Amino acid sequence: MDLVVLWAGLVALVMILYVVLDGITLGVGLLFATAQDEPEKDVLMGSIAPVWDANQTWLVFGGGAIFASFPVVYGVLSSALYIPLVAFLAGLIFRGVAFEFRASGKKKAPWDKAFFLGSLLAVFSQGLTLGGILSGISVKDLHFSGGPFDWLNPFSLMVGVALIPGYVLLASCYLLIKTSGAVQQRAFTQARKAAWGVIFFMGVVTVWTPIHYPLVMTNWFSVPRIYYVWAFPVFGLACFLALLGSLKAGKEKAPLAWAVGIFLSGYLGLATSFYPFAIPPTVTLWEAASQRETLSFLLWGAVIVLPVVVAYLVYSYAVFRGKVGREFYAH
Amino acid sequence: MDTVLLSRWQFALTTLFHITFPTLTMGLAVYLILVELLWLVRKEELYFRLYRFWVKIFAIHFAVGVVSGIVLEFEFGTNFSRFSQAVANVFAPLMAYEGMTAFFLEAGFLGIMLFGWNRVPRGVHFAATCLVGLGATFSAFWIMSANSWMQTPAGHTLDGGVIRVADFQEAIFNPSFLSRLFHMLAASYQTAAFAVAGISAFFLLREEHVPFFRRSLALALGMALVLSPLQVFLGDHNGLVVARHQPAKLAALEAHWETNTSGGAGFVVFGIPDETEERNHWELLVPNMLSLLITRSWEGQVTGLKEFPREDRPPVTPVFFSFRLMVGIGFLLLAVALGAGVLWWRGRLYQSRAMLKMLVAAQPLGFLATYLGWITSEVGRQPWIVYGVMRTSEGVSPITAGTVLWSLCVLVGVCGVIGASYFWYVIRTLRAGPDMRSPIPPLQRPAGMRPLAGAESQERTGQALV
Repeated sequence: MDLVVLWAGLVALVMILYVVLDGITLGVGLLFATAQDEPEKDVLMGSIAPVWDANQTWLVFGGGAIFASFPVVYGVLSSALYIPLVAFLAGLIFRGVAFEFRASGKKKAPWDKAFFLGSLLAVFSQGLTLGGILSGISVKDLHFSGGPFDWLNPFSLMVGVALIPGYVLLASCYLLIKTSGAVQQRAFTQARKAAWGVIFFMGVVTVWTPIHYPLVMTNWFSVPRIYYVWAFPVFGLACFLALLGSLKAGKEKAPLAWAVGIFLSGYLGLATSFYPFAIPPTVTLWEAASQRETLSFLLWGAVIVLPVVVAYLVYSYAVFRGKVGREFYAH
Repeated sequence: MDTVLLSRWQFALTTLFHITFPTLTMGLAVYLILVELLWLVRKEELYFRLYRFWVKIFAIHFAVGVVSGIVLEFEFGTNFSRFSQAVANVFAPLMAYEGMTAFFLEAGFLGIMLFGWNRVPRGVHFAATCLVGLGATFSAFWIMSANSWMQTPAGHTLDGGVIRVADFQEAIFNPSFLSRLFHMLAASYQTAAFAVAGISAFFLLREEHVPFFRRSLALALGMALVLSPLQVFLGDHNGLVVARHQPAKLAALEAHWETNTSGGAGFVVFGIPDETEERNHWELLVPNMLSLLITRSWEGQVTGLKEFPREDRPPVTPVFFSFRLMVGIGFLLLAVALGAGVLWWRGRLYQSRAMLKMLVAAQPLGFLATYLGWITSEVGRQPWIVYGVMRTSEGVSPITAGTVLWSLCVLVGVCGVIGASYFWYVIRTLRAGPDMRSPIPPLQRPAGMRPLAGAESQERTGQALV
């Protein structure tokens, strides 16, 4: 099998893992604003405190993996999306330190705010970067050739807003598993509302993307994609209906699976519409990839190390399974 | 100000901010492993309390280290995309391997280390501490390899503007790698040892929690006594590697202008380097010393800066001073460690207020030496981003200076706020002192545990009665 395609698949897998796992963490940060009192805030933070760093590490690894396997993508996108990326990192900094600083001090209010606003900034800028990529990137001789605000347009702003209900959905479904009582009851309501928000924005993205970016339209309606591209929205819609059903039935675990399904449908739908481009509309995966020896050197790591990583991460999640208690807060 | 200079400032400031935290956590992880091992073997409650106290400091540093480190990983792309795209074949897999082998290990077991007390037995908790420490060491391995490759590139071929890999083993184990890796690891262990020793000495001077901080100081002093002489040896070896592979850098950090043709080269103890006149003012010279240090012979030849075209020389003044200060601190720490060690041996350390005060004063010096070392190393590499292969000016991203100025302001602001808060919370946590009272989780309590004795337990019963 072609190493380049294999690595494109692996990078795509790592990125969706990051989106879902840190989406949960960032979403809990967004929901933090709805906590009624101090014990509820402790429960929300406690639900992710032992795992947030591992969730975020998929971004660090994803960044390194893209740098190593598709350096042109890493270099060009980082220059092109400079401003939203720096804003994203600033948001992640405040979100990350809030865990420790909030636990270390008496005055929690400033870090409550930093946790919520940091998460919000990170989510919105993540949406801006995605919207920026979907707006086309100017490339000349495999280097970025545009201006600092190329990513800024109504479409990318809409994608930034759209991610908010998306991550709220993931987080509220996660909280169904990790919490009980009033927090869990609220999470049921939040999940339902967020689900409607997500399906609304997915509709908007599905209609607006091909208009905003004609390449997508051409790709969707060309052979062979036309035979299967419709399957993604159908799958997404099915997950949405199943999600609403499981929420109504008061299920704790199923909603998260359906919410992830909705994310997968959108992610795969977008990814397939771009293949074989690494940076649409000009740079293909093969032009963007590093040399063969580098890809195969990396593959050894991915084949040997990553399964071990996944195994101990699963173990770590298992250690902290079940409803969250006070113990997760003070160490 | 242009994009190149602004990008260099941004990378330098964010790197210096970041390195504060892993420097402490790598070393403190070793200290914690030692403490927890003693707790497992000797079952003395004091060790459990020691672990719980220092792990709080560890956790704060770890969190800031993680988030500031992500910024660095993305800055390669945002600010030095031409460099990143040119060297990715060799350089980037090291970053990817760092993520795979180091960060996941740390992140996966940090949760258990901090929150696992009621969930895993003693042995598993100890394993988690060891794995977090191992992850930190792996991280140093890959980062020092990548950075050393920029200093002494190897295992690659040049193909137009792109660097292709020829041999990964040669690239990873490039000529300066192992020497610089051990120098950095020792710096980190030494910094942590002096940080713990200084803080413990501070509490001893105030006569708070005396048995607790005596033990804490003794362990840290043990580490400092092993590492301080070792670091002098490793630093000296590092100098030889620089002399062999980066002669212009060595000449700059020694402010050595003329190659000595007859007689030995002198060592400049002090001077004000003048780059336009190519000489030093107010020079204080030890004759033949530089020849002796670098070539191990009385009259050995050391290449002077004038042998290199001006455009290939690093800025002399900053590296000359940062190098001298770093070396000075190295010897000062060695003296403090030896002095404290002698007093300890004679059983007079805890009574010597002068020595305890000196340990308090030495507390931040390890961090300072680490900053100075990185300034020496990275400014000394200039004007190259990859020594002898690619210039820094050729490596920056195709972005406007205004954009970089904006992000520089944002990041300085963010690091300022985070740095100030970090300082505040570390001081707060330290002032709160160790928790000697809360019950030990049942899973952690060994059969035949030796509870606290003397003053600490009296304090405990006193507290319990209140």
